[in-house]
Amino acid sequence: MQIEVEINNNKINAVKGQTILDALKKNGIKIPTLCRLEDFTPTGACRLCVVEVEGMDNLVPSCSYPLEEGMKIRTHSQRVIEARKMIVELLLSNHPDDCLYCERNGNCELQNLAAELNIRERRIAGKKNKAKLDLSSPGIVHDPEKCVLCGRCIRICEDIVSITTLEFRGRGNNTSVSTAMNKGLNFSSCVQCGQCILVCPTGALHEKSYFDLIQETLGNKDGITTVAHYSSSVVVTLAEEFGLKPGKQIVGLINAALRKIGFDMVFDGSFGSDIYVMEQAAELEDRLDKEENLPLLSSSCPAWIKDVEQSYPDLLPYLSTVKSPEQITGAVIKRYCRETENKSKNDIFSVAITPCPAKKFEAQRQEMAQKGIPDIDVVLTTRELARLIKLYGIDIHALEPESANVPFNKSSSSGKLMASVGGTGEAVLRTLHKNVTGTDMTYPKFGKLRGTKEFKELSLQVGHHQLNMTSVSPLKKVKDILPDIRNEGCHYHYLEVMACPGGCVNGGGQPFYTESKTLRDRTKAIHNIDEKSAVQFSHNNKVVRDFYSQYLGEPYGGESRKVLHTQYTKRDILL
Amino acid sequence: MARFEGNTTRDTIIKTLLEGNTEDMDDKGREAIDRIKGDKVTQPVISLSHNTASIVAGADETFDAIRSYLEEREIDARLDVIGSLGLITAEPLMDIQLPGKARVTFGKVFSEKVSDILDAVFNNFIPKEYVLGQHFNELHEPWENINYVNELPFFQSQKRVILNNCGRINPGSVDEYVVNGGYRSFLMAIRNYTPEEVCDLIERSGLRGRGGEGYPTGKKWKNTLHAPAEKRFLICNAGESDPGAFMERMIMESDPHSLVESIAIASYAIGAQKAYIYLESEYETACRRLQNAIDQARGYGLLGDDIFSSGFNLNIQLHQGAGAYVCGEETALIASIEGKRGMPRPKPPYPSHRGLHNQPTVVNNMETLLNVPVIVRDGPAWYKQIGTDKSSGTKVFSISGKIERSGLVEIPMGTSLREVVYKIGGGVPDNKELKGVLVGGPAGGALTYENLDTRIDYEELKELGCTLGSGAVVVMDEHTCILDTVKYYMHLLEEESCGKCIPCREGTRRMHEILENITTRPREENGSFTLQRFKGVINLERLAHVVRDTSLCGLGQRAANPILSSITAFREEYEEHIFERKCPAGVCQELSTFYIDVDKCTGCTICAQKCPTGAIVGSAKKPHFIVQERCIGCGICYDSCKFGAVIRK
Amino acid sequence: MENNKIKKILERYPFVERENLIPILQDIQYEYGHLTEEAVKEVGNYLELPASKIYSVATFYSKFRFQPRGKFHLKLCRGTSCQIKGAEKLEKKVYKYLGIMNGETSGDGMFSLEVVACMGCCGLGPVMALNNRYYTEITEDKLEEIIDDYKESEE
Ligand SMILES: Cc1cc2nc3c(=O)[nH]c(=O)nc-3n(C[C@H](O)[C@H](O)[C@H](O)COP(=O)(O)O)c2cc1C
Ligand code: SF4
Ligand code: SF4
Ligand code: FES
Ligand code: FES
Repeated sequence: MQIEVEINNNKINAVKGQTILDALKKNGIKIPTLCRLEDFTPTGACRLCVVEVEGMDNLVPSCSYPLEEGMKIRTHSQRVIEARKMIVELLLSNHPDDCLYCERNGNCELQNLAAELNIRERRIAGKKNKAKLDLSSPGIVHDPEKCVLCGRCIRICEDIVSITTLEFRGRGNNTSVSTAMNKGLNFSSCVQCGQCILVCPTGALHEKSYFDLIQETLGNKDGITTVAHYSSSVVVTLAEEFGLKPGKQIVGLINAALRKIGFDMVFDGSFGSDIYVMEQAAELEDRLDKEENLPLLSSSCPAWIKDVEQSYPDLLPYLSTVKSPEQITGAVIKRYCRETENKSKNDIFSVAITPCPAKKFEAQRQEMAQKGIPDIDVVLTTRELARLIKLYGIDIHALEPESANVPFNKSSSSGKLMASVGGTGEAVLRTLHKNVTGTDMTYPKFGKLRGTKEFKELSLQVGHHQLNMTSVSPLKKVKDILPDIRNEGCHYHYLEVMACPGGCVNGGGQPFYTESKTLRDRTKAIHNIDEKSAVQFSHNNKVVRDFYSQYLGEPYGGESRKVLHTQYTKRDILL
Repeated sequence: MARFEGNTTRDTIIKTLLEGNTEDMDDKGREAIDRIKGDKVTQPVISLSHNTASIVAGADETFDAIRSYLEEREIDARLDVIGSLGLITAEPLMDIQLPGKARVTFGKVFSEKVSDILDAVFNNFIPKEYVLGQHFNELHEPWENINYVNELPFFQSQKRVILNNCGRINPGSVDEYVVNGGYRSFLMAIRNYTPEEVCDLIERSGLRGRGGEGYPTGKKWKNTLHAPAEKRFLICNAGESDPGAFMERMIMESDPHSLVESIAIASYAIGAQKAYIYLESEYETACRRLQNAIDQARGYGLLGDDIFSSGFNLNIQLHQGAGAYVCGEETALIASIEGKRGMPRPKPPYPSHRGLHNQPTVVNNMETLLNVPVIVRDGPAWYKQIGTDKSSGTKVFSISGKIERSGLVEIPMGTSLREVVYKIGGGVPDNKELKGVLVGGPAGGALTYENLDTRIDYEELKELGCTLGSGAVVVMDEHTCILDTVKYYMHLLEEESCGKCIPCREGTRRMHEILENITTRPREENGSFTLQRFKGVINLERLAHVVRDTSLCGLGQRAANPILSSITAFREEYEEHIFERKCPAGVCQELSTFYIDVDKCTGCTICAQKCPTGAIVGSAKKPHFIVQERCIGCGICYDSCKFGAVIRK
Repeated sequence: MENNKIKKILERYPFVERENLIPILQDIQYEYGHLTEEAVKEVGNYLELPASKIYSVATFYSKFRFQPRGKFHLKLCRGTSCQIKGAEKLEKKVYKYLGIMNGETSGDGMFSLEVVACMGCCGLGPVMALNNRYYTEITEDKLEEIIDDYKESEE
């Protein structure tokens, strides 16, 4: 129903029941918000969005208050501005004064608020909460002192990821965000997907950085070969960190920049994705033939793997044994470099650039090391790569694109597809089809697996197999279909799970963004790459084929199972 | 303790009463009723008030003493418990009724006094020094020269509409409640009225919520009744988390059946089949008695399925809080019942549309509900004539603090505070001067002596920046420091803030700190620290306004009330603290100056040894001195001097 | 704390409803004096709630504690009336004398302190309770005496 309201003395038509904030936005009036998360019920916690409504005793929060006929609203009266300003001052009075040392310096919502509201003097001061920095987890750092208790991480953790690790603890000004029994993140149910980092307005949650180690190694190489490799999603997101259009593909610039930084070799990690696809297709075929342990659960997402280990240990036999693409690349590099340049594995320093803090966690798992030497030494997120590039004073705009080092310089677009949700399923399907029927698909695009739906399903005939491929993202959706999976007569054959909504392009280590369009652009970019690619199938990647014949033998054969596969076990964790 | 006896004849009598077929009753039945009612007793009846206040004062010991007194002397007498009359300062109270004689109440009956009093009474003599008064009953022969209880100044100006049963009947006995007219309103409602009509009655009575906002109860009920729903719920808010209030606890301990009946009527009116009573788990006695009352009512078919063949079903469940003041706020209360953190959420949507489990829910204060049976019984017109135009009915207060008689009082709306404090409460003890009163607990405000003629109703109090709030009236005398008291409230609110919204979470803490800074000596005096402190003082009022303007729920919105109202009322005292660094009431110890009375000092050196800063100088056996520059005002010397030689100013 | 004792308590709540969470925690605390990780886990399994939620609810309400109570549990009223009559000093005194603050237990496990709101007997304030025995009109000296009595009774 259309109604008329008055905003700052202007008559405006709006829809009844719409929140005041939505109406203001439509009319180009900007109101600061902090606790608001798009598509979530407003909690009304931060009070920054207050406006003055005639006839009301108090200011009202525009994010939750519905519009009513004839309302007279003032959005920037003296009273309102003073109130907003005071609220931010109150936050600052309990905030560590170390902006200059903060991860989010220059990219912090609290800083922006303070600047926008023109806070130039400390009027309110007092005791600040002291809290321990939680460094226990290899992927995520939690610094409660910087927390403004907006609760966004909690809601993401519960409503999107559904791990529900984070919750408020205590009350009043002793409230903090904490895990159950206030354990360190590493000892909690946290799967380190990093979605909480993406929504945190301040530096209270951020990825753990290993810059020191990188700098030290790069600066003091003596005899060590330094290798960098990047996941396929990084290629389409890094651009945003340098003011370029979301979705712009800058693989060549990344290669160049990494070399400038000092890496001896730079590899395209999609190579690992191709191998992942080869292995998983073979594994799936094997299980289909034997009719056991179906559906096959994808294993590319380390957050999902940890969730299976802790929450659904009964599903472990269903989990694919293939390592994640990054870990495959890592394992292969160390192996390859050793055999060609005759170096011991120790002498290789391998850095993976990924979209994801969980990959940091994965890289230090004991399953991902051989004889105590990890396959990947350091994992960086996309955001960290951007920082590294800046640290080494590289102007990315002035670089000339370069290509990656041989042999891992070529990949199929199937490997790239894995960056977005549904892509793994598509890629595996393509190779499986070839394996079963001996021919390549003519039109290898599956719209049913693409898109933003949380659960997607595709049924089709591949040779003599009637296949049901599914794709699930975000992680919370798994809970809904769990009964189906456990059911004896489960008719799914393959389940692709991505913890982050939208897949790796929206990973917890990707650049911060505010508009949902950004995410769409990233996904589109991935699909475009596939569209235009000359090599659309993992098994047609010549480098991969050569590699198999030279080193690994058959996919899912003896040697590859030794190097590329692993077993996971149950974890005992307070859930 | 006398319990419901459950023998069949008694059972049938009560049933007959409830059915309303009194004409069928035989003489034996009428006799039994008289006995239960206490009109005609055949043996001496001793009733001891048994409630939290009297237990704290020693009622358990008194009870034992009475029992062994009776046992030792083999006296055939009934020993009963009753609720509280409300006069807390005189607890434990003991009533004695000899057959044919009027009932007499004694005050401050500690165990050692029991035999004195009973010896005398059983010899037909009333020991004047212990007696409070006798109760009027035309069937009883009065005692000579003993005044009546309701003529006592404490009771004279009260109008007891909802406290009527308190301290008169046994809270553990449904029968006593029924013979005194109980549950008749409920049965009348379900027999004679539709839910809509009950809502109408309440709306016409002008009853407004006693929980703080003063929202018209009838309107609230109608909103809920008309909201489309699968289920509806009623929640009785007996949280009473205000640290100066005890009325609700007393009522629940003294007259639990009234509450059960009120809830039953309200549930019927809004179409709820399940009702909750929310109360603090600390209220153990109240919980026990309420649960007992609910069970007894169910035993008579007054709760449960198809109540008295009306087709109406109702279950009442107790929900014990786990310690959170903010759970008094209705949306937080709902969250707490749902098993969540008791954090308020923004309104709208209001609970009357989306409440417990997202269903329409009425949250009513307990006192609000207690008015309902009275309105149904005596009609809205009768009810409306009590109190003032806009605020009808009575209001129950707990008065405490520096006052002669503290306790539970019920007065018509519109009574002046002066009457409450002086006439009922008896003024300030020890001839001290009244400085002001705090009305409505931490959410309320401070009123000065000049404001005493304020009439108690929603509008007048709101004008003064107070709310009726919890109904706690705390009296301050000249030895109470207003800043100290406000600081205490601030501290409480700081601890009780749920922490959800920024202005309340951080604001209460900062306001508390600023007050702390005003009332203590700084730990260090360096430039920037002093500047910060000063800025805080300057911004206190501004901060308070923002906290009031922007907080999510009533806790934060009203948190500024004590500060803003006390700044208005006691500005001078603030200024004295800030500019002269003096506390006129002598409460803020760190602002006091200490010096040693040379004449009294014996030179024992104790103070010099204990002083943490070595500010006391002097040699043994000679008078000592305090070097003011070094003194931090901790007061240790004052506490440790055995000769009273340290003087505080 | 034994598992099957918790199970016994859980059996009293045949319906798996979140509404039962607070009552269950209250029962467990009533039985054991405090809550533990074990309890959080069991209750979580039973009510199908994540442990973080249970912990979060338990830490919100001031009555729940994860630290055992002392042998002697001191409840001190700091209602408005008692405050005006000097209860704040008593709290400080307890701290000075026993070294414990609200919600804490002394190192030897003997005493614990809980500050409560009005105990309903303001006329006789300040009021305190020690293991369910009430004391009225407390002064600092009287407090010390009472505590000493309990201490001695232990020796
Ligand atoms: C912080 C806070 C505490 C409250 N505490 C109580 C309380 O203890 N008892 C109560 O009846 N209402 C309390 N209220 C008011 C309730 O939110 C609600 O308005 C009331 O129960 C409605 O009942 P009424 O309409 O009968 O007044 C409180 C409100 C706030 C904001
Ligand atoms: S950690 Fe960040 S997202 Fe979470 S509540 Fe704190 S400020 Fe908000
Ligand atoms: S005003 Fe205080 S108590 Fe109310 S929601 Fe905000 S923080 Fe919580
Ligand atoms: S954005 Fe509206 S209250 Fe936080
Ligand atoms: S304030 Fe302490 S008993 Fe009421």
